[in-house]
This record gives sequence, C-alpha cells and structure tokens, in this order.
Amino acid sequence: MASPSLMDTLFQRTLDDIIKGLRHQQAGESAFISKVVEEIRREIKSTDLHTKSIALQKLTYLNSIYFIDMSWAAFHAIECISSPNFSHKKVGYLAISMSFNESTSVILLITNQLRKDLKSNNEFEVSLALDCLSRIGTADLCRDLTPEVFTLLSSSKVFVRKKAIGVVLRVFGKYPDAVRVCFKRLVECLDGTDPQIVSAVVGVFCELASKDPRSYLPLAPEFYRILVDSRNNWVLIKVLKIFAKLAPLEPRLAKRVVEPICEHMRRTGAKSLMFECIRTVVTSFTDYESAVKLSVAKIRDFLVDDDPNLKYLGLHALSIIAPNHLWAVLENKEVVIKSLSDDDPNVKLESLRLVVAMVSESNVVEICRVLVNYSLKSDPEFCNEILGSILSKCCQNVYEIIVDFDWYVSLLGEMSRIPHCQKGEEIENQLIDIGMRVKDVRPELVRVGRDLLIDPALLGNSFLHRILSAAAWVCGEYVEFSRKPVELVEALLQPRTSLLPPSIRTVYIQSAFKILIFCLHSYLLQRENIADDMASEMLGLKSQGECSGSSALVAGKAPARQEQDEGFNPRDSNKSYEDLSIINEGDVSALLEKGFTHESIVNLLNLIELALGPLSGSPDVEVQERSKNVLGFVDLIKQEISNGFVSERASKIIDMVHDAFTEELGPVSVNAQEKVPIPDGLMLKESLADLDAICGNVQLPSSISFSMGSPFGESVGASVSIPQSKEESEPSSESTSLLAEHRKRHGLYYLPSEKNETLANDYPPANDPKSSDNTNDDAQDLVKLADKSLLPKRRSNHAKPRPVVVKLDEGDVVPFIAKKSDTRDDLLSDAVRDILLGNVAKTASSQSIISDKSSSKRKGKEKLNVDLPESREILGVEKPDLGNPSSRRSKHRSHGKEKSRKSPEKKNSDEIGDGEKEKQKSRHRHGRHKTKQRAEGPLNVAAQTPVIPDFLL
Amino acid sequence: MIKAVMVINTQGKPRLAKFYDFLTVDKQQELIRSVFGVLCSRAENVSNFMEADSIFGPDSRLVYKHYATLYFVFVFDTCENELAVLDLIQVFVETLDKCFRNVCELDIVFNYSKLHTILDEIVFGGQVLETSSAEIMKAVEEISKLEASSNSITLVPKTVSGWRNR
Repeated sequence: MASPSLMDTLFQRTLDDIIKGLRHQQAGESAFISKVVEEIRREIKSTDLHTKSIALQKLTYLNSIYFIDMSWAAFHAIECISSPNFSHKKVGYLAISMSFNESTSVILLITNQLRKDLKSNNEFEVSLALDCLSRIGTADLCRDLTPEVFTLLSSSKVFVRKKAIGVVLRVFGKYPDAVRVCFKRLVECLDGTDPQIVSAVVGVFCELASKDPRSYLPLAPEFYRILVDSRNNWVLIKVLKIFAKLAPLEPRLAKRVVEPICEHMRRTGAKSLMFECIRTVVTSFTDYESAVKLSVAKIRDFLVDDDPNLKYLGLHALSIIAPNHLWAVLENKEVVIKSLSDDDPNVKLESLRLVVAMVSESNVVEICRVLVNYSLKSDPEFCNEILGSILSKCCQNVYEIIVDFDWYVSLLGEMSRIPHCQKGEEIENQLIDIGMRVKDVRPELVRVGRDLLIDPALLGNSFLHRILSAAAWVCGEYVEFSRKPVELVEALLQPRTSLLPPSIRTVYIQSAFKILIFCLHSYLLQRENIADDMASEMLGLKSQGECSGSSALVAGKAPARQEQDEGFNPRDSNKSYEDLSIINEGDVSALLEKGFTHESIVNLLNLIELALGPLSGSPDVEVQERSKNVLGFVDLIKQEISNGFVSERASKIIDMVHDAFTEELGPVSVNAQEKVPIPDGLMLKESLADLDAICGNVQLPSSISFSMGSPFGESVGASVSIPQSKEESEPSSESTSLLAEHRKRHGLYYLPSEKNETLANDYPPANDPKSSDNTNDDAQDLVKLADKSLLPKRRSNHAKPRPVVVKLDEGDVVPFIAKKSDTRDDLLSDAVRDILLGNVAKTASSQSIISDKSSSKRKGKEKLNVDLPESREILGVEKPDLGNPSSRRSKHRSHGKEKSRKSPEKKNSDEIGDGEKEKQKSRHRHGRHKTKQRAEGPLNVAAQTPVIPDFLL
Repeated sequence: MIKAVMVINTQGKPRLAKFYDFLTVDKQQELIRSVFGVLCSRAENVSNFMEADSIFGPDSRLVYKHYATLYFVFVFDTCENELAVLDLIQVFVETLDKCFRNVCELDIVFNYSKLHTILDEIVFGGQVLETSSAEIMKAVEEISKLEASSNSITLVPKTVSGWRNR
C-alpha cells in the first residue's frame, strides 16, 4: 500500500473496509494487518465513542480471525459498554467476552456497568450483560451481581429468563454461596410450562449433576416427571443424562426410571434421543436384562444403517456395553468385523476395540492371527493401532489370556517384522517381562531372539532397535537354551551392528560377553567331566575331545544328540552334564565337531577381539568401557589357555564370572522402591538444598569438584572451601561406605549391580516369530473369522498346561493409586446440599416459605408438609457426607432417618396421588431411605428439630 | 457444555472462532490448526465425528459438518448428545441461510458481528439455550433493528464507505 493517503487519515475505515482490504492482499497480509492495528491504536484513543467502537470492532475481528492480541484494549472496551448507544455497547461486550479473563486487571471496573445493564428495561441490553457475565464471570463479579441475577430469574420475559438461568451455572461455579440465594428459584423453574425455560434449566442441572450427581438426588422426582411428560427431545436427552448419573447412586431410582426410558426407546423416531436412551441404558442400567436387550436390538438397527454416524455410534455403544454384556458384541460380530475395513478411521478404531474385547483365552490365537494378517494390509497408522491393541490386550493382568507362551513369543517376533511396526518399546518390554516371569518359555524366547539377531536386514530399521536390544538381552541372559552360542556371538558382533545407537550396542556387547563366559564355562566343564569320567582314555586327546558342556543343545544337529535333548531338562545343567558324559563315552567322535574344542574357543576369543577392538576407541563412553572390559578379559583368558591347557587361575576367574551371571533376575515390583525404609539420618531434601552451593563451587578450578557425585553434597561443599586434599577424601569415603552398607542391607531393592549389572543394563527381549505352526493359518478372510474363531469355543484341552507366570505380591498389576473419589467437598456441592437439606440456622425462615410454596403448589400433598420429620427423611437420602463441615447437618439427617423408619408406609400412602407409577416411586423411595439408614447408622446422634425443604414431594 | 464453535473454510482459514473457555490467541490458533489438519484428511461420506481427545483433552467430542467451502465445527463434552449437536449445526446453518438468503462463504466473511449475534442466541456461555431457528431469527432481527436505529442517530457518516455510499 502507498503511504497513508488523505482518505486514510481523515476517514476511518470500517470493518468491511478491512475485510475487503485483507481479501485483496495476497502475500502482504501480515504487513497490512500490522498497519491496520496501528490505525486502530490511534483511532481507539478517540474521544468519539463511535470512532472508538469501530476501532474496537475491527480489533475484535482481527483478534478472533487473525489471532492478534487485544488485551491492551481492555479499557477501551469498558468505555464502549458504558455508551448509551446500543451498537457501541454490543461491540464492547463482544470484545470483552472474547478477551477478558481472570487476570485482566480492569475486570472489576465493569461491575457497575454490568449491574446497570442487568437492570435495564431493554431486554437486549440485559441479554448482552448476561452473556458477558456467563463468559467472563469471576468470583467477585458473580458475588456482586448475584442479586441482579436472582431478580432476573423471575423475569416475565422468557428471552431474559432463560439467559438468567443459563448464567446461573457460571455464577454457581464461581461463587457457590449464590446457591443459597438462587437455587430455590432455579428448582421452581423446573415446573415451568415454557419449553424454553425448562430446556434451559434442565441443561443447567445436567451440567451441575455431571460434576456432583449425589447432591441432586433429592430432585429426582422432578426429573422423573419431566422424563415422563416431556416430548421435547432436547430436554429428554438432558434428563436422560442426569439419570445416567443418578441411577448408579441409587438402585431403586434406577428401577423406577428404566421403564420410561424403554418406553421412549420404543416410541421415538428421533435418532438423537434413541441414541441417548441406548447410551443411558448401556452405561447405567446394565443390570436390567430387558432394557439391555431392547437397546442391543436398537443398536443393531444403528449398525446396519447406511448413515456412517449411526454406525459409528452403534459401535461406540457396543464398546460401552462390552465389558458387562459381551454377548451383545458377539451377536453383532459380523458387522463389527466388517467394519474393520470401513473407510472411516473412527469406525475402524471402534470395531478394532470391539474385536479385541472379544478376545478370550480360547480364541486369542485365531483372532490375533487374523488381526496381524490384517495389519499387514493396513495403512501404517491403523496397523500400529492393531498391534498396540493386541499387545495391550495380551499383557492384561500379567498375560492372563495367554496359555501358549511359545506361540505368543513367536507372535511377538512376527509382529516385529511387520514393516510398519512402531511398537518397538512395548514389544521390547514384553519380551523381557515374559522372559523373567515365565521360565518355560525361555528356550522359545531364545530361539525367537536368535532369529531376530541373526537377520542383518533388521538392523537397518530404527523402530526395531529396541526389540533387537531385548533380543540381545534375552539371548545373553538365557544363553543356556541356545543351540549354537557361537552363532549368537557372531550375530551380536556382526558389522551392521554399527547401525545401532550406542545404548543398544552396549547391550549387544554385554550379551556377547555373557555368551562368551557361558561358552568358556561349558568348555571347562567338559574338560572336567571328561577328565573325571574318562581320565585314562581321553588324556591323549587333551583339549580336542571335549564336547558340549552344559548343553547337549550345542550338538543339536547330531542325531544321537537330539534324542538326548528331549530327554533332559535343559535348565538343569548338572543333570545334562551327566547325560552328556554318558554320551561322550558312547559317541565321542560325533561330538567332536559340535562341542567346544580348544580351537573353537580360541576362534571365539579371536572373533571377539577382532570385532570389539575398534570399539575400544568409541566416542560413547559406555560402549567404550564395556568393550574394553570384554577385551581385557579376553586378553587374560587367551594367555591362560594358550597351550591348550586351562590354568587354575583362568578356570577360577571363569567360574566366578559365570557365577555372577547365572544368578537369576526376577521381575521387580513397581512398588519395591517404596518399601525401602528411609534410613535414619538420611536427609535427602537437605542435601539437595545445598546443591546450589556445590554448583557454585564447581565453577572454581578446584580439584575437588569431581567429588560432586557424592550423595552428601553438604560435606563436599564444605570441603571445597578447604583446600586440603585430606578433607575432601574423607567425606566421599564415608559416603561410599554408607552406601555400601545400605546396599548390603537392602540389596534386594538395588538394581543388580556389578555382576548383575550386565543383566540389568540390557533391555528387553525380542522375539521371533516365525514358528512353523503359525504358517498354516494364512490369510484368513476376515469374515470367515467371524464364523470360526469368535465363537467362544469351549476350550479344547490345551495340549500343554499353562506355564507358571511369576507374579509379584501386590504391585504387579499397575499400581493403581486408588484415587479417592473424594466426595468433592466442593463448595458448590456443599451449598447445594445445604439448600436441599436445609441448613437450620440459616434457612429457618426461608424454610417455611419453601414448604408453603410447595404445599400450595402441589395440592394433595400438604400432609407431608405438616409432618416435617418425615419430609426430612428424604433428605437422608443424600450423600453420606464425608467431610461435610457441618456436623449439625449430619445429625439432622440421621435423626430424620430414624423417624422415617417409623412411618414410611403412611407417608407413602399420603404422598401418592394415584396410579401404579406413583406407588412404585414411593416404594422405591422408601427403600432408598432404608439403605441409607443402614449406611449411616453410626452417625446417629441426638437430633434437633430439622427444618428441611422437601423437594421430593 | 459446548466448548468451542468454529467455522473454517476448506483452505484452513477460520471464519468464526468462539471458545467458551478463555484461551490465549496462540492456543486458539494452534487448536484451529490441529482441528483443520484432521478435518481435511477425512474422506467425504464418513461419519461426522472426530476423535478430539488429543486436541481438546479427555472426554471431548467434536462434531463437524461440511457445507460447500466451509466446515462447521462444534466441540463439546459429555453433557451433550452427538446427534443433537449435529442437528444444532443444521439449525445454525439454516438460520444463517434465512438471514442471508442462500448463505455463502462471502456472507459469513462480511457479516462477522451478525454471525456472533446469531450464535450467541443459540449458545449462551457454552449452553444451548435455543434450538428453534424461528425464535433465533426473531431475536436477531430485533437486535439488528436496535443496532440500526442507534446508529442512525449519527447524522454524518464518518466512515469511508458510509461517505461513499451517500
């Protein structure tokens, strides 16, 4: 744009001009906007309200469409609303409701203007003020304006009254004490005849009840009346939502309400109401067989409907009901499974959830097979959804539904080979977890791990790295089940491992180390066995003749061997040695090729040396350190066994390291840490507080700074200031000894250190899934699945019994810190309770007004009002008031209960107008009281005369 | 409770954005962007619901309707019914149609404040107070009349367009 022309400065641009201007700007939009904002800043200071309001309007527009900050114009907005001109006011109010918030400093300046407008004769001005209050009301504003809102609640103009009802929600939320003033009137509005009013007030109660349903139980009869009488779908939906919250709190209420809901379901043609009825039943009325049946029938209508919305909602409803009534899902399984291939991602997701919900012990194999096959054909996102849901379903409750762990482990391996798989972390965790928990599956686990490790192609996929890390860990940890440990070492050290991130390489190195130790140890054992058993014979052969120590598995290919393999339990190495020695006698020559020979050991050592050599210079400390450790060890051993003899020293070392590695790692409870008592004198926080001081000192070129690592920051900090080396060494040694002691005492809770360290460092296990069993169920048709696998077959006797799955004491299944559903002693619910229960002190007078009112309003019920104690009883239904500050109140309540017990029958008959329903209702209420009584029995205390408004009657 | 109402065109430009809880403009912009990101990736003829938990927090639902070049989007919580809100969008659009006679995107672009007036009659502080488009029209017309009469008091139009239109 050219420089500001005369027109620009003399005449103000309107919002329309700005919009047009913006539409003509293709590229320079932001420049144009900043120019306009500059103009606005100038114009808005004008004393002419018209100019000001137009500037403000433009600014509001830019704020909401172009996200320009307008908080700086807060005061100008206030000036606009004080204009007598309606359109200025309107612009101002819009600006305020868009831009003000709790932290706006000038917000209190609008209190008076709001009050003035709330009292205005012009209903539209009132409406503007109400709208503004409903958007920005703060505690202060709400407190100051409560009287005006109260007045407006009984306005004769529906247009105003419905908005006043709407604003009450905000007022209650911000200033709970307003309940004492306004609640009564709000409740009266429920009786109104004007549909707009009823709709508004039901909406408010729906919001209120969603936060604290218990407080609104006493109003149930009002809602019930609306439920039965109203024909306005919008209102009915809201009432249903209220009942969905109330019903679970009070079984008798549910009983009463379920029939009318079914009635609506049968009657209505409106899908929205229908869906709400269904949802209400499936969430809160799952115990009512007939209602559930009816809604499942209606759900089916939704599912077969062409409208994708209904289909989606139908599936959604099914997934709500699935935990309680799985049959409903099974009945509709064809549709559900077909929906897996729907175009709509929502529908696909819902149906996936349902398919997974149908998974049980008996069909997990088939369903997972189908899902995995299907995931191969899906887009990456959905593929991962599928994998994720399989993983989380299967690991539920410590692998509850898995019987055949060999199958599952190979499934995990298979899943990791799916091209889109990004679930590395979960698979990693499960592989390791299963390895630790399920002993029997370890051989399969090692096999799966080996298949993964050995495939160089997998190293290129970064999503698989974590799985590979698990595979490496498993193979190292459970190497005794491996048939060819040497092959594993080769796999772990293959050149392409350079593609792995350092953290995982360290796992590889450590695993290779563990396998090496295993091989050496086996070699030693062989020698010993042979020496013992066949001393004379074998002497000549020396090192040559020894064969597979711990594992006959090593020699798996030799036919003679295989028989043996089956014969012994591979985990019991002693036994296997015995077996072996027998074999050795019989078939020495066959073993010569398969077992560890002196050459094979030397080759192994050379291989490791060769592969790790370059890593000792790795820039990553962890990789460097570990490879150096291994190299050092290899070096040592090499010297000791150089001539085919294994020196005493070497075998001792090998034995020791082997012992270190063989100690089994068990799963650790997530809560273990909490169980460690804090030792006396350990003040964690205190030391932390000194961290600053220490850090400050670190800056100094003091030689001491390295001792920072000491947990006793304090002493270190002190020592720093004293430049004597003596001092510095002391505190740290003290700390180490303390630590060592602590570790000794509570070793259980420490991460395995030193020897175990290797184990702990490594991660999770990988799996390899291509067991031959799996191959036969090829791509099954999805729908076929429906027929076959989803039928809850009664389980064929499993070929194998389910292996033992180690569980931890309490904490195995996710440490749920059971959140106390703290009976939110929210001020608001308190206030509401006060009102509904009647707070004696305060409401004594208003009390009578209420009862008067209700009596006059509802004829035929006066008796109830006469009999005050009885009416109280209903209030007893209220919440078991936890932490309710007013002990007085609870006293009343229990008192009321006592009395109610005496006369419930009478009361009921009084109360009932006519008709079956009414009777049921009262019976129900009566019952409710009883339960409450029981629950609150211990609260009984001497009572005072309670005056309680009975909204129920 | 309605949490937000948005009208976004198919290019991702917001035409109307109303959030019933205060949000900073940056946050608003971010939300609109992420909503549009998902909307434009959805095929035609799929359901009108969108998973919104990741954008608006747990228990949020989002319903949208696509008319010509515009997406009408309502975000709400568990206190509303999805299908009812879908109907509400219909009411909103019908009302716009009545107001502007065959409403098109341009009408919405140029009638920013009227749009707000209409929406405020339907949704009041997050609550749906009116679902009948006749009632809405009645109120909106009254308000427009009132605005017009209060503006006409200004005798000399100060604005450029007002001047040009004379």
